[in-house]
Amino acid sequence: MADQPAGPGGARAARPPSSGRAWLGLLPFFLFTLAFMILPAGGLLVGSFQDGHGSFTLANLAHLFRPDILKCYLVTIQVSAVTAAAGGVFGLLLAFSVTLGGLPKAMRSGLLTFSGVASNFAGVPLAFAFIATMGRVGIVTVVLKTVFGINLYRAGFNLYSFWGLCLTYLYFQLPLMVLIITPALDGMKKEWREASQSLGASGTQYWIHIALPILAPPLLSAMILLFGNAFGAYATAYALTGGMLNLVPILIGAQIQGDVLHDPNLGYALAFGMVVVMTVCILAYTALQKRASRWLK
Amino acid sequence: MTIRRGWAWLWMSLGFLYFFVPLLATFIFSLHGKRGVLSFIAYRHVFADPQFLATFTFSLQMALLTIVVGLTLIIPTVIYIHLRAPWAKPIVETFSLLPFVIPPIVLVFGLIRMYSGPPFNLVSSRGLLVAGYVVLSFPYIYRAVDAGLRAMDLRGLTEAAQSLGASWGTIMFRVVLPNMRVSLLSAAFLTFSIVIGELTLAVMLAWPAFGPYMALVGRDLAYEPAALAILSFLLTWGLIGLIQLASRSLAGQGSAVGGAH
Repeated sequence: MADQPAGPGGARAARPPSSGRAWLGLLPFFLFTLAFMILPAGGLLVGSFQDGHGSFTLANLAHLFRPDILKCYLVTIQVSAVTAAAGGVFGLLLAFSVTLGGLPKAMRSGLLTFSGVASNFAGVPLAFAFIATMGRVGIVTVVLKTVFGINLYRAGFNLYSFWGLCLTYLYFQLPLMVLIITPALDGMKKEWREASQSLGASGTQYWIHIALPILAPPLLSAMILLFGNAFGAYATAYALTGGMLNLVPILIGAQIQGDVLHDPNLGYALAFGMVVVMTVCILAYTALQKRASRWLK
Repeated sequence: MTIRRGWAWLWMSLGFLYFFVPLLATFIFSLHGKRGVLSFIAYRHVFADPQFLATFTFSLQMALLTIVVGLTLIIPTVIYIHLRAPWAKPIVETFSLLPFVIPPIVLVFGLIRMYSGPPFNLVSSRGLLVAGYVVLSFPYIYRAVDAGLRAMDLRGLTEAAQSLGASWGTIMFRVVLPNMRVSLLSAAFLTFSIVIGELTLAVMLAWPAFGPYMALVGRDLAYEPAALAILSFLLTWGLIGLIQLASRSLAGQGSAVGGAH
């Protein structure tokens, strides 16, 4: 400090950033992220290229392509893709109903408030709610059986399996879609529709040639976000299936608690694979966001 | 027009069914604790369990610590970026959004691997749990703080305060922070709702938190879990409601640039 020419106090803010000193103000933040995010995650990355004795190997990554592990990734990706697609489509339809659909204003704020709550209502309590609703003795299961004579579980439905998990995940996926896509629908200008009509376009032509091309990037990017949201989810699946459905997060969890694989380095590779999938998601998301912002502000 | 409105009603009714039926069913289910009659006995059991209070208090403390640490870390950083180091904005922004790429289960795996042996044996320390929670809430806190700062004329306000002789402490606590109380409140409530029922980190680091407690109840009992689900839903509703209330009531009057005295 002493070798700095002393100036009047106000001049500090005007000084151009000398990158050597300017880093100091950011140091706490960077140290924290380094210690509790970057280094731990990076350690997993390094570990996935090491064998039990710490020497370099590609065997762990090769193990990711073992049939049982590959199947595990496949199921996780399927759950994420199904809930992203279904949540995306129905979320869009709900958002459409309250924006361009001409429903009363009160329904719009009602839906948005509820979506804010429901998108945060995940994990253990959500699993409980669906068990109480559609589990073997859940209210809906029982009412369907006793009142309507429909036996869900004999018909092949099982809450603790793939489709049950999808149905449960939708409870936070759908509202998330509503929250993300409503602003995009709000950005659809009336003038675009009027202009197309005055040029003789039908309603269908407007949707196919104008509305959908404009909405495609935000729609896709929203669905990618939903995909990532389901892909990393652990608590809901853990509480619902108790580890019966082999998802990658469940497998990693079992690995941490020392159960199944007896091979920590394979666990690191599993985690590494998850981060790769999530990174691809975020990159695709940012690319699409840039496209989306061209028309919709 | 009427056709479109007809479809809109149809979609909304279906959505209402999907969202409302599980809540209603869970509530009805939770009333079945006593055979043959509807009663609130499952709720009474939940509240009577000393573990309920103990684990909830623990998670409450963790949530408050996370909010304090997260805000103290992010607010000065973001203010510093806005005033002195705009060039660092993309880097810090990327770092704050990274938790979206690293799922909680991967994060906790990395934390355990790194801190379970020398030189830093932190696995059994509460500090590690709070640090993990701070990382999980980074994206939300960062976005709220950044939005709050962008909504005001930070440079103008600080320069005005400086020219009137205010110290940096006065500027922070009497000018900047009061001007962003809405975003700070929403960041705090969101963080709270993330931490209070969090399962993954708490289970893996073996803490008696509220999330693992709920999972345990779900494994052993039938009606109490449904009661817990209803209570959790009400809690989430309350927190989100508070966020919206805060942003609605304060946005109109408080966030004007000249509002701080």
